[in-house]
Amino acid sequence: MLKIFVARTQQGHRTMKYPDAPPPAMPDRFRGRPAISAQKCPDGCQDCAQACPTGAIALTDKVRIDMGKCLFCADCVNACPERAITYTGDYQLAARKRQSLVIEQGQNEADLWAALDARLKKLFGRSLKLRQVSAGGCNACEADVNVLGTIGWDLGRFGIQMVASPRHADGLLITGPVTQNMELALKKTYDAVAAPKIVIAVGACAIAGGPYIDHAEVRNGAEAIVPVDLYVPGCPPHPLTILDGLLRLIGRIEDGTRQTPQS
Amino acid sequence: MSFDSPNLATLINGRDILLDSIPMLSLDVLADTMVAAVAAGQRVASMFAVSTEDAQQAAEMYVILADDHQSRLFGARARIEGGEFASLTPRCPQVQLFEREMAEQFGLKPLGHPWFKPVRYRRSWTGRDAWDRPADQAILPGVGDFYSIQGDEVHEVAVGPVHAGVIEPGHFRFQCHGEQVFHLEIALGYQHRGVEEALIGGPTKRSMHYAETLAGDTTIAHGTSYCQVLEALGGCQKSARAQSLRGIALELERLANHVGDLGALANDVGFLPTSSYCGRIRGDFLNMTALLCGSRFGRGMIRPGGVGFDVDDARLTELLHRLDTAEKETASAVNLLWDTPSVMARFEATGPLPRQVAIELGIVGPAARASGLARDARHDLPSGIFHFAHLPVSTFDAGDVFARAYVRWLEIQQSIEFIREQCRAMPSGAAQVAVGELAPNSLAIAINEGWRGEVCHVAITDGNARFARYKVVDPSFHNWSALAYVLRNQQISDFPLCNKSFNLSYCGHDL
Repeated sequence: MLKIFVARTQQGHRTMKYPDAPPPAMPDRFRGRPAISAQKCPDGCQDCAQACPTGAIALTDKVRIDMGKCLFCADCVNACPERAITYTGDYQLAARKRQSLVIEQGQNEADLWAALDARLKKLFGRSLKLRQVSAGGCNACEADVNVLGTIGWDLGRFGIQMVASPRHADGLLITGPVTQNMELALKKTYDAVAAPKIVIAVGACAIAGGPYIDHAEVRNGAEAIVPVDLYVPGCPPHPLTILDGLLRLIGRIEDGTRQTPQS
Repeated sequence: MSFDSPNLATLINGRDILLDSIPMLSLDVLADTMVAAVAAGQRVASMFAVSTEDAQQAAEMYVILADDHQSRLFGARARIEGGEFASLTPRCPQVQLFEREMAEQFGLKPLGHPWFKPVRYRRSWTGRDAWDRPADQAILPGVGDFYSIQGDEVHEVAVGPVHAGVIEPGHFRFQCHGEQVFHLEIALGYQHRGVEEALIGGPTKRSMHYAETLAGDTTIAHGTSYCQVLEALGGCQKSARAQSLRGIALELERLANHVGDLGALANDVGFLPTSSYCGRIRGDFLNMTALLCGSRFGRGMIRPGGVGFDVDDARLTELLHRLDTAEKETASAVNLLWDTPSVMARFEATGPLPRQVAIELGIVGPAARASGLARDARHDLPSGIFHFAHLPVSTFDAGDVFARAYVRWLEIQQSIEFIREQCRAMPSGAAQVAVGELAPNSLAIAINEGWRGEVCHVAITDGNARFARYKVVDPSFHNWSALAYVLRNQQISDFPLCNKSFNLSYCGHDL
C-alpha cells in the first residue's frame, strides 16, 4: 500500500488545463491544415494531384484540397516542385458541413463549424453519451479516441462519455470506411439510439473512405449509411483535433475561438 | 535439430529470389516436406495461393517455413489442379487458417479440413466458390455453423460485432457451463477492406499507405516490411543511419503498445493506479514517435529507400531526455503490479498457454515467448539494424496472463536501452536513397518483429515487375487461435483479461 502512495506522488497531477488554458504543444513536424500558395504553381503542373493517394487534390480554376479525403501524408508536398503546398500546425480541423473541409487559397481558415442548434445544445451541451462503432479502418482512430479517456485529457470532465450500449447513447462516434461486413451492424446500432441523436465521423476513412476509397469492400464513409453532424479529418486525427471538434460541437468552446498551442 | 531438404529453397530475410529457383513440388511431396519440417522444429510463417495464367483451371500454392533456431527461411510451391487439394490441417494444425484463407480467396477446397469455415466472409477473387454458394446468395459475416454443446445448464454467450468499448469489431461465441467456458469460437472479417487484392498490380501511389494502415498500431513494422520487400526487389542499399532510425521507430512502437497493454491489463483487474499512469505514459511514447515524424503512429516515417524524416542532434537529445523521464515513470507505474497481491492473484494461472500448444499452433511474439519459446525475429531472423544490435530474447515459462504481462515489461526495458544506444551512436548517411527498378519474376520476403510478433510480407512480381501477389501475415493471424484455446476451462469473467493479454488486431487479421 505504501508503494502505491509513493507512486502516486511520483506520478503527479496530469490532467491538462485546456480548454481554460492553451492546449498542449504540438510536435513541430505535426501536419495540420494544409496551406496553398497557388501563385507558385507552374503552368499546367499536375504533380500534387497525381501524387495524392486518395484524390484529395482538385486542380480546376483553383487548387482545392479536400481535408476529408486527405491522409496528411505529405506526398503532395514532396511532389510539388515549388513547395506551393505546406502543412501548418493548425489542429482545428473539424467541421459541421462536409463542404467546409474543402479548402482553397485565401480561405485557409475554413468555416469553423457551428455549434449544435439551441435545442440540441440544451440536451447534449452538458452531457453527451456516445456509442463508438468501429467499421473498418486500421484502429488508429480508435486508439486516439481512447486516449481522450486517459487522465491527461479526461473527456469525462466535459460530460462526454463512451457508453456500452446504443440504448444509453445520445449518438454515435464512427470510425472506419464502413466495410460491407459492418454496414448492417452500423445501421442497427444507429436505429437503436433514441432520437434526437447525433453522428460524429472521426478520421479520413469515416469521412470519405480513407486509403480504401472506392474499394468494392467499403462504402466510402459513414455518410452512405447515416447522416453525419460532425466531421473530424485526419489519418488518424490528433486527440486534440478530436477534442476540439467535440468541444465546439457542444458549445464548450465558443464559435470562432481560435486557440494557439503552447510553444 | 536442423532440417534440410532438397525440396526447399533457402530464402533470406530482406532479399529476393528468382521464382524459377523455388522448387515446384507435387502437392503430396510439399505436404510431407512441411510435416517433416514442422516436426523438426520449423513453423509455417506464410502459406498462400497465387493465380496462374489459366486461373480457372489451376493455382499455385506457396509455403514459407521458418527455422528460428538455425536462423533460416525456406520456400517451396506446388500446383493445385482442379480447384481442390488434400487439407494438411489434420497433420499440421497451424495451417488451418491459411487453408481457409486460400479457399476463400481463390475458391480452392482443402478436402478433409476439420472446421471448414470462411475467414473474412467475402466472395472469392476468382469467381469460384469453395463452399458452392450460389452467386446471388449474400455472404453475411459471422453467419454459419458454430461449435455448440448440448446439455443441462449449458448456455451460449454471443458478443459483438460491436463491442462495449472503443474496440474493433469481432464476434465471439462462448459455450459455457455456468461460469465455466468450455469453448470459445471467434468469427472475424468485419474489418475486411480488400487490401491484399488492391495491392495486386502495384506498387502504386497507395501501396505505402496500405502498408501503414494494415494495422494502425503496427504502422512501423508493416511499413518497414513493405519497404524492405521493395528494396529487395530493387537491389537498394539503405544507409546505416536510415536503418538505425527505423529500429528506433520500431522500438518506440513496441514501447507505446506494451506500456498501454500493461495499463489495460491493470484496468481489467480493477487496479486503477497502473491503469491511469500507463494510459498516460503510452501517450508520451506515441509523442516521441511524433517528435521524429509528426505522427503519433509513425505515418510518413518509413519510406522506400530509408526514412521520410531525418534527425539532428537537438532532436536526438530531446528524444533521449524524454526517454529518461518515461523510463522512470514507467518503472514506477509497472512495478506496482508485481507488488500488489490482488493483481498477481488475478494474473497468475489465468489463461495458461502450454508451450507444446504454442508450438503446434505456430504462435509468435510475446505470447510465444511467455510460453517459453525463444522466438523473436529481431534475434532469429534479423534484418536492418538488428544485424548489428543484438537484443536478448525475453522469455518466461508460465504461459499465463502474468507471463504475457511480464515478458512485455522485460521487453520495455530492453527497447529503452536499445533506443538509447542507437541515439548515442547514430551513424551518418542519407536518410533516403532511390530504390531502383524492381526485379521481374521474383519473390521477395521481409520479416520483422512487430510488438505483437512476427510481421511477414511476401511479394511475387510478374514479368513486368508488378505485384502478381502480395501476401501479408500479421501476427494476429497466427495468434487468434491461442486466445480461443486459453479460454477453455476458464471463467467467462476472465475473458477480458485473457483477451487483453494477447491484445490482437482485428484489422491486421481481416486486411
